[in-house]
Amino acid sequence: MDNFIAARSQMALSLGFHIIFACIGMVMPFFMAVAHYIWLKTGNEVYRDITKAWSKGVAIFFATGAVSGTVLSFELGLLWPKFMEHAGPIFGMPFSLEGTAFFIEAIALGFFLYGWNRFNRWFHWFTGVVVGVSGLVSGILVVAANAWMNSPAGFDYVNGQYLNIDPIKAMLNDAWFSQALHMCIAAFASTGFAVAGIHALMILRKSHVTFHKRAFRISAVFATVAALLQPLSGDISAKDVAKRQPAKLAAMEAHFKTEEKAALILGGIPDEKEKKVNYAIEIPGALSFLAHGNFHAEVTGLDRIPEENHPPVAVTHYAFQVMVGLGTVMMLISVLYYITIWKKKSWLEKRWLLKLFVIATPMGFIAVEAGWTVTEVGRQPWIIYGVMRTAHAVTPMPGIAYSFYIFTAVYISLSCIVAFLLYRQISMVGKLYDHSVEPINAI
Amino acid sequence: MLYVVIVYLWAAILLYLLLGGADFGAGIIEFFTSRNNRGRTRRTMYQAIGPVWEANHMWLIITIVILFVGFPKIYATLSVYLHIPLTAMLLGIIARGTAFVFRNYDAVKDDMQKVYNRIFIYSSVITPFFLGIIAASTVSRNVDVMAQDFLSAYIFSWLNWFSVTVGLFTVCICGFLAAGYIIGETDSVEDRQFFARKAKWMIVSAVLCGALVFLASIKENVPLAEWVFGKAPGIFAIAAASLSLPFLWYGLTHGKAIIVRLLGGFEICMILFAVTYRHFPNIVLLKGGGHLSLIEHQGQEKAIVSLAWALLIGSIFILPALGYLMYSFEKKKPREA
Repeated sequence: MDNFIAARSQMALSLGFHIIFACIGMVMPFFMAVAHYIWLKTGNEVYRDITKAWSKGVAIFFATGAVSGTVLSFELGLLWPKFMEHAGPIFGMPFSLEGTAFFIEAIALGFFLYGWNRFNRWFHWFTGVVVGVSGLVSGILVVAANAWMNSPAGFDYVNGQYLNIDPIKAMLNDAWFSQALHMCIAAFASTGFAVAGIHALMILRKSHVTFHKRAFRISAVFATVAALLQPLSGDISAKDVAKRQPAKLAAMEAHFKTEEKAALILGGIPDEKEKKVNYAIEIPGALSFLAHGNFHAEVTGLDRIPEENHPPVAVTHYAFQVMVGLGTVMMLISVLYYITIWKKKSWLEKRWLLKLFVIATPMGFIAVEAGWTVTEVGRQPWIIYGVMRTAHAVTPMPGIAYSFYIFTAVYISLSCIVAFLLYRQISMVGKLYDHSVEPINAI
Repeated sequence: MLYVVIVYLWAAILLYLLLGGADFGAGIIEFFTSRNNRGRTRRTMYQAIGPVWEANHMWLIITIVILFVGFPKIYATLSVYLHIPLTAMLLGIIARGTAFVFRNYDAVKDDMQKVYNRIFIYSSVITPFFLGIIAASTVSRNVDVMAQDFLSAYIFSWLNWFSVTVGLFTVCICGFLAAGYIIGETDSVEDRQFFARKAKWMIVSAVLCGALVFLASIKENVPLAEWVFGKAPGIFAIAAASLSLPFLWYGLTHGKAIIVRLLGGFEICMILFAVTYRHFPNIVLLKGGGHLSLIEHQGQEKAIVSLAWALLIGSIFILPALGYLMYSFEKKKPREA
């Protein structure tokens, strides 16, 4: 395996792994805080049990997310030393702040997980909220750093030198807001659908229905609100990408030829040699509208971009289709859910509604991975868009392929163990939270 | 502002060594405990480190962030030439962090516990061992930025007797820190004596490994003796560390947790000071006489200034919260439910 491809694969693998744990780690605390709040207000013990059950999941995911995040902070240098040598001081600001946010998250998590019956109940609840808020802030900061790679700012690039750097300007680059917004909502939608799906499955199996019904309700509300908001934030992102990174937009849409009234392409197989898309459904003018808010606007195609600066079209296009497709499905499920709640209460008893949620369990995370692929692969061949090529940043050390194999093995085993632990947690709900037995303290 | 950043860098490294080290030490002590006693070791140790253990490892992240934001040249060079030990350490960190949490949060306690335990114990020894190797490699003048072949660039940069002995020394130090720390965490006299014994063993091993480090430094032409004993401050630091040993021993024998903790931390500070102050601000010494310096190789001024502010402001949030976390789990017993 080529060293450069191995380094890219290892980075993609590490980020793809970390992103799931990071999403769950930053969103679940909010679900817990709601359940915890209801328990403190009503004294209904089921909500305390839900909080405790979820907190065990959070501990597992947080720890895995924390170690994979630590690994990433090293991997940036291990795999891309040239990049970090120049970029470190410029885009380091969000990382320095993230250090604080993450530290606070770890401290608050210590209070929360080990604090049952030790502190004032509301102080204990508050530490749970702090876990969520600082996790969310961490996420936003890390995405801001990634946004800088897409939209470099806060320095002058003169004759290969990075001069007049301004870390604050770099952090508040043009892409940070749209990317952070899209990622945060995605985290809520994906985690929400995953959690709601699991509880829906348990309700369908008629196991501890009271417990799972209430847990389902909390997670489903978060999931569906996020899924309804996501298309709006997607629109902001698309318009932003069209303005800043026309090559990425063109690859997402497999839009080879610059034209007015550009058609939106659904599905299809891009043929990069012939520069056309086969078997696609085309909606005339729709791409112009989505990218520029005008059905007649001109949309830059790949023909206006030098060949050596083209991102891989097929991968970016497929990933984009997957993301949008799954996002649409989740949005429709959400619409259905609210029709049920407000108009058709009787549907709540129907199995098909729960089945829909079960089917949607992995959708959010698949969409997150696909979206991440779009933004990362779509930025290629650049590591700092328009400034430094990814191939120029890679480590001179040969044999990265072996490191890639090792990390692949490690991350696959970890995923299996986490899935196994989760399965055990869920199947133990009956034993741990059955009140005919004496109550159990967390850990 | 540069000096603010340097102080934070030094403090983060020291705190990681003390707190993260004590954390690794928990696994190391378990490693050196007979099978019959392991259950007891585990219970006592994890009650103590459970709430703070995630926070202990944040110091490593702070260290890394300071390096890549403030001193990117140093971060990039180390990342290239110490790729292999850094990767080994990372694998250790992954294995250890996940095994610790998995064994706590596995809803069913069965034979899987043995798997988690084994992974936890081995990775607790391997990780600080490689940390020691990395630390030693930064000053052993074996990192060769001119190297042409794979072995001298990526293997001999870190693989030599000096690094290996420093690795072993680090393992002993971590074991000592954990055993010493735990003495104040247990109410049972029997446990206290048990951990005091462990701590003493670790001190003896650390002194022996320290001697080996000196021998290896002669063999590898690392002027360690000159750094440590060449000038008054180094001699003073080492003398203070040596003179405090009998008191530390007394503290261990009589179960005086405060003395053990204060002197333990003091010892580590003195050792770190004695071996690093002479070549400050050069934190990496390269083959052929070159070096990487915290002053010459600092990032651009604006990056340093904003990093310093981020650290200062961060401390306002972190330190009180961290202090309260440690205080709470030290003093407060669980309330009745």
